[in-house]
Amino acid sequence: MKYSKDQTNDLLLKIENSLRAYLLKNGITDPIIIGVHTGGAWIADWLQKTMSLEGKAAALNISFYRDDFSKVGVNPKVEPTEMPVSIDDKHVILVDDVLFTGRTTRAAINEIFDFGRPLSVTLVVLIERNGKELPISADIVGEKLFLENNKNVKLCGPEPLILEIIDKDEGGQGY
Amino acid sequence: MIKDPVNKNIVSQKDLRHFLDIENLSQSLILDILDLAESFAGVSGQPVKKVPLLRGKTIVNLFFEASTRTRTTFELAAKRLSADFLNINIDYSATKKGETLLDTLRNLEAMHCDMFIVRHPSSGASEFISKNVSQNISVINAGDGRHAHPTQAMLDVFTIRKYFSDFKKLKIAIVGDILHSRVARSLMHAFRILEVPDIRVIGPKTLLPNGVQHMGVTPYVDMDEGIKNCDVVIMLRLQNERMNSSFIPDENEYYNLYGFTPNRLDLISKNGKVMHPGPVNRGVEISSEVADGDRSVILQQVSNGIAVRMAILSLSMQP
Repeated sequence: MKYSKDQTNDLLLKIENSLRAYLLKNGITDPIIIGVHTGGAWIADWLQKTMSLEGKAAALNISFYRDDFSKVGVNPKVEPTEMPVSIDDKHVILVDDVLFTGRTTRAAINEIFDFGRPLSVTLVVLIERNGKELPISADIVGEKLFLENNKNVKLCGPEPLILEIIDKDEGGQGY
Repeated sequence: MIKDPVNKNIVSQKDLRHFLDIENLSQSLILDILDLAESFAGVSGQPVKKVPLLRGKTIVNLFFEASTRTRTTFELAAKRLSADFLNINIDYSATKKGETLLDTLRNLEAMHCDMFIVRHPSSGASEFISKNVSQNISVINAGDGRHAHPTQAMLDVFTIRKYFSDFKKLKIAIVGDILHSRVARSLMHAFRILEVPDIRVIGPKTLLPNGVQHMGVTPYVDMDEGIKNCDVVIMLRLQNERMNSSFIPDENEYYNLYGFTPNRLDLISKNGKVMHPGPVNRGVEISSEVADGDRSVILQQVSNGIAVRMAILSLSMQP
């Protein structure tokens, strides 16, 4: 099943509005937006532009922080992590497309702390689906989905951003 | 994921994987290693210069020959991947008390080590070790006799790619003691696999191996002619420790004929770079002005050695 461009855009606008309200409520004026490669980085770029924040969103590649190296190894085609500014004493907004098992988020938080000590980390996701394996929850969610085990959610992009629900053997978010 | 069943160097047979030489690697595998090294290069710029990829693995440096750069960059590479790391100094080990190499290996295996990084004065030593260790242990060749120094060749190729994106357009010269150099041998293979169209080796006849042209390179005895318009010139030291007779009249004459002096910089291409795997013998094969000048990338080679070795260690440890 494919979301339409408008349906995906509605979810993006929903997380943008929620994030604005969250920042206002918590008195955060200069957050650092960090997206997880690849889908999360696209959404982070979109948020950075739409919210007229200065500079470029950071992009994390969690490949070197995964917990399954001894099972699957490392993919040589790894987009490098880009962290353009210091995160010390900053409020970090960590963005991903899908929250599934929680392992990607665990790896991302570990990597973030190798770049400094942020004041706080807030997790924003477009989709939160069933299948959690770690005690990790998102602070801001576009939509919660219940999917069968053989299904995955995939974000296509970067332009336009379109969500798709696919069979597991076709790839997509599986970690 | 890298799996190359026809490759005898990174072997995938019953969980055994080694990195022993360059000559049978595919171009795509070399490019994969370079790409992964590119990603690891960023780790050195992080406040915490470490990633947890090889946490819980134990890597042993087994050096039977002197080394500074290779030994320390392997150690740093392993530590930046969060592996536990042992440096076995053979001079102070039980090998000196009469223990055989195989007994030393058995003992290290009993300590549940996962990888041996081997440097040895005899050609073929790493391959011998790879055939005599248990199947869950990887062996990396950190230089064996005159045979190969594959990780040095990989970091040189990585350094060249930083300045020149297309190997298929390059003129590259290797100058000096080609006969005794394992680096030269590994580089010639790497350049051939990457389809470098013009590979030259330069040195006195006594230091050029017989039939070297069969390796796809053009030999020159005249340095000025050989380095003309080259994009990259790689200088090698005279390996006096491997010479069993007199190969050159004297070092002064060698410097005049084959030393990279500042006036020779005008002969290479406008953006040409000078490289050297180290250790550098100033005033023998290269002048200080060139070695420390803005066309030299010798120290970049050392820095790049860490990222390239991180890539090779992690790919060799793949399940």
